[in-house]
Amino acid sequence: MNRKDLLDIQSLETEEIYEILDTAVPFKEIFTRSVKRVPSLRGKTIVNIFFEPSTRTRTSFELAAKRLSADVINIASERSSFVKGESLIDTFHTLLAMKADLFVMRHSFAGACHFLAERIPVPIINAGDGAHEHPTQALLDLFTIRENKGTLSGVKVAIIGDIAFSRVARSNLWALTKVGADVHITGPATLLPKGIERMGAKVCRRVEEALDGADVVYMLRIQKERQGSHFFPTIREYYHLFGLTPNRLSLAKPDAIVMHPGPMNRGVEINDYVADGPASRIHDQVTNGVAIRMAVLFLLATQHHPQTAHELAAEE
Amino acid sequence: MNRLLIRGGIVVDPSQGLEARRDLLIEEGRIAAVGENLNVPSAETWEADGLHILPGLVDLHVHFREPGQEHKETYATGSRSAALGGVTSVVPMANTNPIVEKQADLKFALYLAQDQAVVNVYPLAAATVGQKGEDLTEYADLKQNGAVALSDDGKPIMDSAVMRRILEYASMVGLPLFLHEEDMNLSARGCMNEGYWSTFLGLPGMSPAAEEVMIARDLILADETGGRIHIQHVSTARAVDLIRIGKQRGIQVTAEACPHHFTLTDEAVKGYRTHAKMNPPLRTEKDRLALIEGLKDGTIDAIATDHAPHTRHEKEQEFELAPFGIIGLETLFPLTYNNLVLTGALSLSDAVRKMTLEPARILGIDKGTLRPGADADIALVDLNLKRVYTEDEIQSKSKNSPSLAGSCRGGRSGQSVGGNIVMRDRKLLV
Repeated sequence: MNRKDLLDIQSLETEEIYEILDTAVPFKEIFTRSVKRVPSLRGKTIVNIFFEPSTRTRTSFELAAKRLSADVINIASERSSFVKGESLIDTFHTLLAMKADLFVMRHSFAGACHFLAERIPVPIINAGDGAHEHPTQALLDLFTIRENKGTLSGVKVAIIGDIAFSRVARSNLWALTKVGADVHITGPATLLPKGIERMGAKVCRRVEEALDGADVVYMLRIQKERQGSHFFPTIREYYHLFGLTPNRLSLAKPDAIVMHPGPMNRGVEINDYVADGPASRIHDQVTNGVAIRMAVLFLLATQHHPQTAHELAAEE
Repeated sequence: MNRLLIRGGIVVDPSQGLEARRDLLIEEGRIAAVGENLNVPSAETWEADGLHILPGLVDLHVHFREPGQEHKETYATGSRSAALGGVTSVVPMANTNPIVEKQADLKFALYLAQDQAVVNVYPLAAATVGQKGEDLTEYADLKQNGAVALSDDGKPIMDSAVMRRILEYASMVGLPLFLHEEDMNLSARGCMNEGYWSTFLGLPGMSPAAEEVMIARDLILADETGGRIHIQHVSTARAVDLIRIGKQRGIQVTAEACPHHFTLTDEAVKGYRTHAKMNPPLRTEKDRLALIEGLKDGTIDAIATDHAPHTRHEKEQEFELAPFGIIGLETLFPLTYNNLVLTGALSLSDAVRKMTLEPARILGIDKGTLRPGADADIALVDLNLKRVYTEDEIQSKSKNSPSLAGSCRGGRSGQSVGGNIVMRDRKLLV
């Protein structure tokens, strides 16, 4: 990979996607050892800065960094909408002055990582920016699909739910179309954003159409706040129209797998029997997330600064 | 007697149907004569060979931020920015702090204009108290003290019943309503046009319908009440269609378009460029072309800037947090010349008309003309001068322009306001 940052999937070359997936394979193998740690990033300081609450992604990145022997700092800050105070760029200049080597950032505003990446010299990994992208999520999803289906090209994926507000949906749309998957999306008409078809997915009006013959069924989290704010009338009706039940799942291929980025709302977008059933790969996604994040941290932290301070000192 | 003879330029004055080599004689701050080979030995001369001589431009829509936000702009800096752009008359919006809503506010604005500004200033006043869209300001008193129009610009008047009363009352007083059209429920939280690019960028979008339903409503209410409305910064194709229908039905409606809306599309936001963030937002190519069509067929009467200065630290932040607006006074003419005239959409004369005679007619002021007797507000431009727009030359206190580093033909050269030379040989003298 020849880039400073991982900001989005949209600007990645297909080869770069495969490079990350392939790099993650040996890292995942490490998890089966008794000592789950390699020295690859010893001496590097990684700052996880989350301006939005997160448990799984933050933990996953922290674990990935630790398994690479990096030093990790976690900062959780509520820079929610329109809070006055230190500007984002000033916050980062402060952390840079402390010689951080790489940042992992989640922010509630789309484009916040792009904004910083143009202004600071060290790598930034986007851990989710508003409704824009969540690139490592899409990469771990590709990894999981490939692990199960052996390939990505030609795989039919149905993505179901709140597309409009979902950064996971956008990253997966770009990722899946780049590797040649056949992507079908559906959800309430109120939650399908304008122009989404130009991103390469087939938009289905009915959930049955999206599910028909699918290899992968990808359910998106529905935020309960959307209920009653004009997007759909009730959770009850949502579940009735879009919830993934065993009956609905039977429309997909017999060996179809079910995925979800978490956290799940049981009884809203997904039925208990499906979530806990044999088709579910939801826990594998979480495991694979750590391997993918190790791969991304490794590739960015070593390629942008190919020489460590130690190596430089040895040269002199 | 104070006499100035501008010699050898090409005079473009739509009010006289003139586009020809003429000399221009100014006496005591007024145009005294326009003719061929004028010979006035007693006059100081200004050689204008190779230059075009236009009536000073009239901009219906600027924000000078004073009082209240002097860190962004003042009458002194804003009016110099206008002078550099060939603009000799401006209409500052009322959304200062305090808002221009009472006689005293208006008098203070006029005092600042007289004390600080180097171009003519025609202030308007808020249509409702606090620009809250609820209670009417004192229209008759405001008119008597110099307000040329009423506007809550930046904020729409959401309540249809209030809008109806405003139009009834304003038509009694004889003031037009300048309208920022936006249904706040439809545009809620949006920060760019809703469409492919907002989906691509994951930014909350503002539906074009937010602008269009309000224009439709206000056309109906103007028809109903006989009120006069002026639609500010028209940005969508359907909005142009609605205004065209309104004009065909004889409704008293005029409209303006901004250079950014007919030169850029929402794709310019890609990369989260806050210099491409304004309200109404940049729309699609289809909308952009419809605006040009509307300018061509007269549906859109005037070109205005919506000059909206913001400082660097205000614009340099997360896209959703950055304020709406860009500066525009210094790029008004070059953008119009390059994107409408050089592309063949409008003749030079028609483009000039939309920046001079038409806005003056909307305001009901005797400007935008070089007829003998008129104030000697004149802009001299060099249409062959090609240059790159850089931050260093900007006279506005703020530098928030998407045109920076862009190259344009049609450079400024000189200007007179009421016979006072404020710029000569590309240098501001004030």
